Amino acid sequence: MTKSELMEALAKKLAKGRDSLAHKDIELAVKTMLEQMTQSLATGQRIEIRGFGSFSLHFRPPRMGRNPKTGDPVPLAGKYVPHFKPGKELRERVNAAAKLSEKP
Amino acid sequence: MALTKAEMAERLFEELGLNKREAKELVDLFFEEIRSALERGVCVKLSGFGNFTLRDKNQRPGRNPKTGEEIPISARRVVTFRPGQKLKARVEAYAGSEQNDTRSSANTL
Repeated sequence: MTKSELMEALAKKLAKGRDSLAHKDIELAVKTMLEQMTQSLATGQRIEIRGFGSFSLHFRPPRMGRNPKTGDPVPLAGKYVPHFKPGKELRERVNAAAKLSEKP
Repeated sequence: MALTKAEMAERLFEELGLNKREAKELVDLFFEEIRSALERGVCVKLSGFGNFTLRDKNQRPGRNPKTGEEIPISARRVVTFRPGQKLKARVEAYAGSEQNDTRSSANTL
């Protein structure tokens, strides 16, 4: 599922019973949410969504890398990478569904 | 302080002028839609942010760390997240505290 398919799905669900949210609003809202999440992590702030999971930063210490072309060692600075830990509900739902579909 | 759904709804209210109920509903539905796609076995690819993919793990031996007793870890399906280029680049630039996680390095007091 891509971002635009996700927007489609949201538009369909929210259209039920009410037409106040235009597709354009949903598109903008999804972009705003993803941007806010990115901003949060980019400033070192974790994200906690109950039942979905949490995003945090993991530190990668400085190390010596290599220029793949010349083989020369290059010092690489330490950096942060985003990390996602699925929440309980997400873990359980995904795993339960997988077990069901396995059974013949 | 961590970013939560409440703050995300607040921003939709402030910036997009959705009413508070709509904003909350949209934030809830956004995460629910991702969850239900993953539940159906469908990976979710949010360009610029990252991909949520599924991995099927075989059963493997494990042990109870407390008692040392051997117990098999059953086969399972798990969600993994691979950050996208844009997210990685923006996070990499974060030169915050020297702590190796974000638990106590909130950028504001």
